[in-house]
Amino acid sequence: MIRLDKLSRKFQVGNQVVHALDEVDLEINTNDYVSIMGVSGSGKSTLLNILGLLDTPTSGDYILSGINTSKMDDDEMAGIRSAKIGFIFQSFHLIPRLTAFENIEMPMILSGISPNERSMKVDSALEKVGLTDRADHKPEQLSGGQRQRVAIARSIVMEPDVLLADEPTGNLDTTSGNEVVKLIEELNSAGLTLIVVTHDREMGERSNRLIELRDGKIINDQRKP
Amino acid sequence: MKFKDIFLFSSFSIVSQKMRSFLTAMGIAVGVVCVIFLTSMGQGLQDFMVSQFTQFGSNIIAVQPGKTQTLGMPTGVHGTIKPLSFDDAEAIERLPLIDYAVPVSGASGEIESDTRLRRSLVVGTGADYDIIVGADTMLGQYLPKDNPKTPRSFAVLGPKMRDELFGNENPLGKTVRVNSQRFRIVGVLPPKGDFLGFDLDDAVYIPIAKFNTMFNKNGFQEIDVVHNENATTEEVVASVKRLMISRHGGEDVTITTQADMIETLGEIMDWLKFTVAAFGGISLLVGGVGIFTIMTVAVNERKSEIGILRAIGASQSRIREVFLLESIFLSIFGAFLGLIAGFMIINIALYVYPDLPIAVAWEYITYSVFISIFIGLFAGFLPARSASELDPIEALRSD
Repeated sequence: MIRLDKLSRKFQVGNQVVHALDEVDLEINTNDYVSIMGVSGSGKSTLLNILGLLDTPTSGDYILSGINTSKMDDDEMAGIRSAKIGFIFQSFHLIPRLTAFENIEMPMILSGISPNERSMKVDSALEKVGLTDRADHKPEQLSGGQRQRVAIARSIVMEPDVLLADEPTGNLDTTSGNEVVKLIEELNSAGLTLIVVTHDREMGERSNRLIELRDGKIINDQRKP
Repeated sequence: MKFKDIFLFSSFSIVSQKMRSFLTAMGIAVGVVCVIFLTSMGQGLQDFMVSQFTQFGSNIIAVQPGKTQTLGMPTGVHGTIKPLSFDDAEAIERLPLIDYAVPVSGASGEIESDTRLRRSLVVGTGADYDIIVGADTMLGQYLPKDNPKTPRSFAVLGPKMRDELFGNENPLGKTVRVNSQRFRIVGVLPPKGDFLGFDLDDAVYIPIAKFNTMFNKNGFQEIDVVHNENATTEEVVASVKRLMISRHGGEDVTITTQADMIETLGEIMDWLKFTVAAFGGISLLVGGVGIFTIMTVAVNERKSEIGILRAIGASQSRIREVFLLESIFLSIFGAFLGLIAGFMIINIALYVYPDLPIAVAWEYITYSVFISIFIGLFAGFLPARSASELDPIEALRSD
């Protein structure tokens, strides 16, 4: 469902060109569970941003569900982000002045879904992450683990095809980290393609497929038997 | 994203920063209050002036000595101007379209009864002046139609002058001294109020020949002409002008019609209102700078939020809409505050000073509201654009 063809991303830093991604070829199947690992600067975050259509490649193609995204304009990319991609981040990235409910509602507000439908879907997302009783809490009133679960609820409320997680347990203690991992793995079992960027080897090894990057190239791509 | 949802989201951002939004909106509010208050004062003044000029019938024109090139009061050029005489007045009155031509001059003097003395306005007039001021209900009568050059010493009082000199007594037949000359009172005019700062009620009216002797004047300040209701102002002006040119051997009088006066006045007042509105407009602009500042700060503070919105499916144009709308809301909120405060101030002012000449100038108020919205749009434009152009990855990184 995801295919990268000779995909490169260069940054100009001063008068030096940095190849964050260097002619990467990659295919990821529907419902796969992929970890991307690498030291910092290896290009793993850039890869995730490009997969999430927050960044565009300098050259090469990114084909998502059969659609080539390279020539899309901003509106089209926003539409795909909204419909097909869910994001979760290391630092949760909830909007502080909105309640858990409103944060989860936000993607649906942006895509113009009616209030009735929104409210039903938020309730069911809250139930999935086990936070029904925290709907009216603001982020600051929630623990780290709870915040990440709200973020997960927000990422799945539009029923995307792909869930992109950037160090999802990086800011969490072991217990809540494990809960979060369990939760996203359940979502994967239910049919969601899961791509996790991490530098936690233990977490990386839970996935079905472990990809290692260095200097913008894939140096290791191993599948669990 | 539906408009209603953008609306709710933007207004929620404003509400969540109550104090800051309020203070920002105050900038616009002050501007709107300025516009409302200043233009309403201007409008009130205009209405007041127009009512001053129109309180006497519309078929009156004034002939004054001296020729002016532009509108305004005539300024005499020495030697070339003949004074207006009784013969001039008589000749004008004989014109076919003219009903009355009454000479009028005014000066300040001392007016005494047996017991009291008052410094006030002395007006010298011809016999038909009561018709010009529309005094149909007099006590007694107006000055009689004597030979205008040798009138008897009769006087008419304004109602306030009567009250001041005689109290509740009937003054008819009594004697009043004007600058030490004795006059017998034959009538009291009904109240007419002020005219351009002269209190016509606080005046004494004497025959103009006596006035000229008393103040050592040659000629009249003006001749007020009442023309036939069926004649147009233009033909009357033309016939009077022709007559005066043939009598004086040149055009040395200024003829002022009510339309002229009101038009000149209207022009002055329009400029006045425009000027005060421009002052208000400057405060609106300052308010706009406030909105611009606060929106720039808001975009910086909410970088991370912008990144989140982008990640969960907002396009650049959507981000722009959200911030633009927020800025417009601030200005509309400010305009609304300003409207309320402005009308409150006007009502309080009218309550404290009921005579204050204030009339709400709706057109300027409407302008000020639209300009506020426009300013909000304008002030929000650059911040909204910089918000939409933020790199979402960069924005997400800034926590």
